[in-house]
Amino acid sequence: MSESTELTIDWAGLAPMVIVFVAAFAGLLVEAAVPKARRLPVQVALAVAALAGAFVAVVLNADKSGAVFNLGGTGLGSVIVDGPGLFLQGTIAILSIIAVLLLAERRTVRGGDFVAEAAVVADSAADVEQRREDGATEIFPLTLFAVTGMMMFVTAGDLLTMFVALEMLSLPLYLLCGLAKRRRLISQEAALKYFLLGAFASAFYVYGMAMLYGFAGTVDLAGINQAGVSSGQPRMLLYIGVAMIAVALLFKAAAVPFHMWTPDVYTGAPTPVTALMAACVKVAAFGGLLRVFNTGLSSSAWDWHLILTVIAVATMIGGAIFAVTQRNIKRLLAYSSIANAGYLLIGVIALGEAVGQTMFYLAAYGFTVIAAFAVVSLVRDGDEEATHLARWAGLGKNSPGTAVVFTILMLALAGLPFTSGFTAKFSLFSAALQADELGLVIVGVVSSAILAFPYLRVVVLLWLNEPAPDAPTVNLPSPMAGTVVAAGVAATLILGIAPGFLLDIVDQASTFLNT
Amino acid sequence: MNPEYYLILAAALFCIGAVGVLVRRNSIVVFMCVELMLNAGNLTLVTFARTTGTVDGQVMAFFVMAVAAAEVVVGLAIIMSIYRSRRSASVDDANLLKA
Repeated sequence: MSESTELTIDWAGLAPMVIVFVAAFAGLLVEAAVPKARRLPVQVALAVAALAGAFVAVVLNADKSGAVFNLGGTGLGSVIVDGPGLFLQGTIAILSIIAVLLLAERRTVRGGDFVAEAAVVADSAADVEQRREDGATEIFPLTLFAVTGMMMFVTAGDLLTMFVALEMLSLPLYLLCGLAKRRRLISQEAALKYFLLGAFASAFYVYGMAMLYGFAGTVDLAGINQAGVSSGQPRMLLYIGVAMIAVALLFKAAAVPFHMWTPDVYTGAPTPVTALMAACVKVAAFGGLLRVFNTGLSSSAWDWHLILTVIAVATMIGGAIFAVTQRNIKRLLAYSSIANAGYLLIGVIALGEAVGQTMFYLAAYGFTVIAAFAVVSLVRDGDEEATHLARWAGLGKNSPGTAVVFTILMLALAGLPFTSGFTAKFSLFSAALQADELGLVIVGVVSSAILAFPYLRVVVLLWLNEPAPDAPTVNLPSPMAGTVVAAGVAATLILGIAPGFLLDIVDQASTFLNT
Repeated sequence: MNPEYYLILAAALFCIGAVGVLVRRNSIVVFMCVELMLNAGNLTLVTFARTTGTVDGQVMAFFVMAVAAAEVVVGLAIIMSIYRSRRSASVDDANLLKA
């Protein structure tokens, strides 16, 4: 009797999340205990050390596949450590180290991109006064809380854990979006939009979870998969539940028609936060989608295959076409992130065949997009970022180094050979072909061709146009943002020229527990 | 009493909340409508806990309540900061981002 109720916890499997979570609380204590002048280095060191520690913990867990919580020998669904979960946790850890360095950039604009005291009324005299102060360092603990949520999200094995993780990653991000120092009204507006729509999406999630609970009698993903075959409850409960869960997850992943917030929030939020969202949240959202559809809903694939295909097509085509019409570099990157969500959805629809390639795509895209946003934050008109594309004309003549870097990133996003964008798309599309998704692959290729146009136009703008007399300056980054750009470009080229090692890793890590 | 009535009530509350989010203009009211939707989810969870004879649903309702409380803290902070800058909580006035 006592044996059957004994709870054992695999602390090593839980370690990556625990390390980041404890560091987030330690960061809050740093805010209280360390004098203001020394908080930034302490916070950055703490955050980077914690994330690096989490990555090491992930590596030490490699090859593990099982539930973290076991009751008398049977695994409980709440947290599952398996190949895809670990790979995505590692990716999130690495990408968020890079994002933290970008958050810590203080040289391109004095005091950084973040407001010193968010409670001061925007554009009041006190606000103008505080623009000269250094930005608040609370952003680092907030980021760590969000990262904990993301790591939990990709390993959550039941819908309730996934809901808690979803909120844990979202709530700090809502706040981070509203903390820009310049253009505070726009930044607060982005936070409000993201918050209201995000809360709306979570309400759908809760109701969908309730429906699936009514259908399956459990929210455990493996249990739901089982019930998809054997449950005697009305099938309608399953349909409503899947639809509503999908709405919430596709909202986070920014798929059409749940993408409306993306361009506004990407534009309004401080650029380092946008980079964090575009890279890490994308990884987390698709990690969650892959797990839910592979382990929870694969037995009911016929019920959702068509509607998800329609959404993927709309996302690929819609994102690419809207990207063509954009005149603002941050909005362009936002719509390109929507189109990329469409390609990644192909990987979700293809199920088991394409899990590894989808994860490779997420990692490759994350590095490229984070470096692209880092470059955007360097090109400035005075203190403001020069986000209008016309202002970037002739950048190659004034600052060839930056222009070369940005050209490489644009070519990678356009999917040209010898960059990570090409290898990622190629391997994802070929995996989808093996899963008999020819139609989706054709749409994907057409959409990539459309999407290449705005990127190549930026490249032409950089090199072949004459710079305006009042062209924006490229601020010399500190080692922080410098490392971000260097790491992003290096990863983009390495994964383009010699992707073999990472493709091997994703290949080994592509099997979910319980599939 | 037939548990179906509770499910119908919850569905009605959810729809009222969803329509409210889409048509109301005051961000506080929009947020209250989201809370209504969350509570509809809770009611459904508790009803299914009864029909399936498990307590999981009731426990989940507690989790949802706790998370919703955290969401209120963050949401009201954002709405307050916007209101203090603009003297308006209307979602229509927040339109600087229309490109």
